[in-house]
Amino acid sequence: MKSDRLFGLISLGVALAYIASASQIETSFIMDPMGPKAFPIIIGSVLGLAALVPILRPDADPQWPDRSRFMKLAIALVVLMGYALVINDLGFLLSTTLAAGLISYQISAKAPQAALIGVSLAVGLYAVFNLLLGLSLVGLPPFLGR
Amino acid sequence: MEVFDLLGVGFAVALTPQNLGLAVAGCILGTMIGALPGLGPSNGVAILIPLAFSLGLDATAALVLMTSVYYGAMYGGRISSILLNIPGDEPALMTTLDGYPMAKQGRAADALVLSGVASFVGAMIATLGLILLAPLLSKIAYLFGPAEYFALYLLAFCTLGGVASNNQAKAAIAAAIGLGLAMIGLDGNTGMSRLTFGSLHLLEGIDFLVAIVGLFAVTEVFVFIESQGRDSAVGVKLGKITIPYRDIIATRWTMVRGTAIGFVAGVLPGAGASLGSFLAYTAEKRIAKDPESFGKGDPRGVVAPEAGNNAAAGGALIPMLTLGVPGSGTTAVLLALLMTLNITPGPTLFTDRPDVVWGLIAALLIANVVLLILNVPMVRFFVKILSVPPQILLPAVTMISFVGIYSLSGSSFDLMMMIAFGTFGYALRKLDVPTVPIILGILLGNHMEDNLRRAMVISGGDWKILFSSGLSIGLWVAAIGGFVAPLFLRKLMNKPQRITD
Repeated sequence: MKSDRLFGLISLGVALAYIASASQIETSFIMDPMGPKAFPIIIGSVLGLAALVPILRPDADPQWPDRSRFMKLAIALVVLMGYALVINDLGFLLSTTLAAGLISYQISAKAPQAALIGVSLAVGLYAVFNLLLGLSLVGLPPFLGR
Repeated sequence: MEVFDLLGVGFAVALTPQNLGLAVAGCILGTMIGALPGLGPSNGVAILIPLAFSLGLDATAALVLMTSVYYGAMYGGRISSILLNIPGDEPALMTTLDGYPMAKQGRAADALVLSGVASFVGAMIATLGLILLAPLLSKIAYLFGPAEYFALYLLAFCTLGGVASNNQAKAAIAAAIGLGLAMIGLDGNTGMSRLTFGSLHLLEGIDFLVAIVGLFAVTEVFVFIESQGRDSAVGVKLGKITIPYRDIIATRWTMVRGTAIGFVAGVLPGAGASLGSFLAYTAEKRIAKDPESFGKGDPRGVVAPEAGNNAAAGGALIPMLTLGVPGSGTTAVLLALLMTLNITPGPTLFTDRPDVVWGLIAALLIANVVLLILNVPMVRFFVKILSVPPQILLPAVTMISFVGIYSLSGSSFDLMMMIAFGTFGYALRKLDVPTVPIILGILLGNHMEDNLRRAMVISGGDWKILFSSGLSIGLWVAAIGGFVAPLFLRKLMNKPQRITD
């Protein structure tokens, strides 16, 4: 109940913000009868109207993850975001070892095994992508010079 | 016969060593993707598309590879359904009902062979249906003007929301989110930026591949981490593989019926393979003289959904190729592939690029034969893959999806956006909001708006043009009907939850 109500309210807010920013779209001297604003405003209205339904007639709440699972998910999210941020600076091998190892650890909680999986995935994928498939991933950290 | 000439052209394209190799590789990859729980046709194909693009494959080669993966995943899904009682992908859900009981009775090998043959029959007849029906439909598609196309896109959203989801309003929200995201970027007509909030990254619009891989693959990673340890699977040993001729002959009409139902479900926009297998199973159970034997390891309960899901997979290609409107989640992803390759699906595709269309069709015929070989005599190899532990599989899948997106642009921004889509997708999954309409919205949003605006230009701003031809009125009626009718039918049929394809 609560989840759906919240989801509906957020969607409604987004819809209103969307319509507001769509009405700010600058028009240009090249104009067709509809212009660039109308369709986004229609979409925003559909979103707003549809959002009323879960607010008024919510479904039963889903089973949200408990605290420990939620922590696991949060850590996984942080790891993935970290990976996205450092991949350009650390190169593929190091960043993939870290990310793959940490995700593996989230699942099995065996540190040595996770480290091994991290290293072998990084090296294995690097070999497959660069040698076999011909991509050009930067392997080592660029600051080491090449 | 014109068809045979065109097929000849197709086979000439498909039988080049490169394309043949790609078809076989695609079949193997696809069966693996299908067999592994958590990786289905839509996210499997989504992960591989950026890679196919980075590899610089030409249009035909990329399509041959991806559709082989698509067909392969449809075959492979049944393997873990039968052996582990966990559907390898969404369309294989119905196969667990009789496949697993059959395996527990010591007939695992029989169930695998039988379902493999049923998959082959379903996919083969559907591919033949594609050969016959697609050129016809592409001729009809010439009648479509902007107003008709607009109504057609609307129909796709309505049936997708109406038939394939549990809550119309949530499907509508999803569609609006997708369409809304598609508007971001430069407006094609006026050249002005829209809803970019001054961000240069957003000026080019949201890359649909980033959204697709995020919503399908990254979401799946989160769902997998959450459900870790919750699915306890008791595996069944696979004995010697023999061919159960008696069962195959006894279920021949079940195969044909399942195929017919699945094919129709596939051709209709928005239905897709999951619904195809569901309808095939329930129909077979309904006409059976002994419906109580279903669910206890009845061979018909294995054959019907497998024939149905593979036939639907072939059928779903028809609206995608001829009209540019995907009939399911995975064909939406394939549409994204076509758009990345700068190929505009639609009636002109059949006249402008016969090499692509008929090369693809020939490749599908070849892929089916390859898949039959892989999935019947060589099925043991894929059974081994099921024993790869999740702590290896999951990081591998995650890293491959990251490399795919990263190899497209090398930008951290795209990766962050993909993670954002993944997190968003996870929340939506929890709330039972379908994600396929979002993808469809991002893919079709600009076309939909263009056609609406073009119609308005033609009529000088008169809205009545949207209902000016019999065809467009028919499409509007079908759209509204497809959206509203399931509200009343929902009580009559209990659908499986969450349909991703």
